[in-house]
Amino acid sequence: MITINNRDKIEWFEGMTVSDVLKKMRYEYNLISVHINDDYIPDNQYDKTTVPDNSSVFVMHLAHGG
Amino acid sequence: MNIEEIFIRNPQGVRETLKNKTVGIAGCGGLGSNIAVSLVRAGIGNLIIVDYDVVDISNLNRQFFFLNDIGEFKVDAIRKYLTQINFQVKISGFNKELTPDNISDYFAGVDIMVEAFDLAEKKRWLIDNWLRKYSSIPLVCGSGLSGYGKTNDLGVMRAGNLFVCGDQSTDSIIDGLCSVRVSIVANMQANCVVEILMKEYNNDYNK
Repeated sequence: MITINNRDKIEWFEGMTVSDVLKKMRYEYNLISVHINDDYIPDNQYDKTTVPDNSSVFVMHLAHGG
Repeated sequence: MNIEEIFIRNPQGVRETLKNKTVGIAGCGGLGSNIAVSLVRAGIGNLIIVDYDVVDISNLNRQFFFLNDIGEFKVDAIRKYLTQINFQVKISGFNKELTPDNISDYFAGVDIMVEAFDLAEKKRWLIDNWLRKYSSIPLVCGSGLSGYGKTNDLGVMRAGNLFVCGDQSTDSIIDGLCSVRVSIVANMQANCVVEILMKEYNNDYNK
């Protein structure tokens, strides 16, 4: 089981990547920043980086305004 | 006049901790100008502020500027007010446009970095470049501060050394920007900075 943003939970599977998590969560917005536990994952690593079971994934959404 | 009397009502240890610290602020608009004012009032010793823009009349609905500042570089205008609060605070203001290639020129060596841009694309490249170069230095961002009301939707999300303040959903293009909500999130960011800086003090104090 993976926890997203301390809130949502999704089933884990062997070989699950960051891209799989984003797809499952339907996060299509590209203005995001992703961490697995405390580690930052650059966007060119989303397809290559696997997410360990029981990890906490953080997907921060960036919105205009300041 | 003893300038330290400004901070008589501060919580214990805040001024003595903050006065030796340096905070970098990328952008001096609705977030950056208000964050800078709050950090100086809290007792920060050194600020590095970078923004390329001049004050426009449309900034006055939410930014810490006045009619007399229109046309002036934002970094120069904010410096006047910050040193009016505490003339001993050290303000390094640069009227330059930040890019992924020059952030180190201005912000290498800060204790904490604050993102205070308007555009989401700029927020994103700052986070990406900062976390890849300076993963051990905390970065405090603002995202989702548009519209009004919805106070309970605002929060702070942390992952590693990244702290994101706001609701991460309201967008200025759709919802507009209003002082009431922009200044809450600016102060959430400033509050986050003080809390992070005070961790060390609290650890020592509790030993």
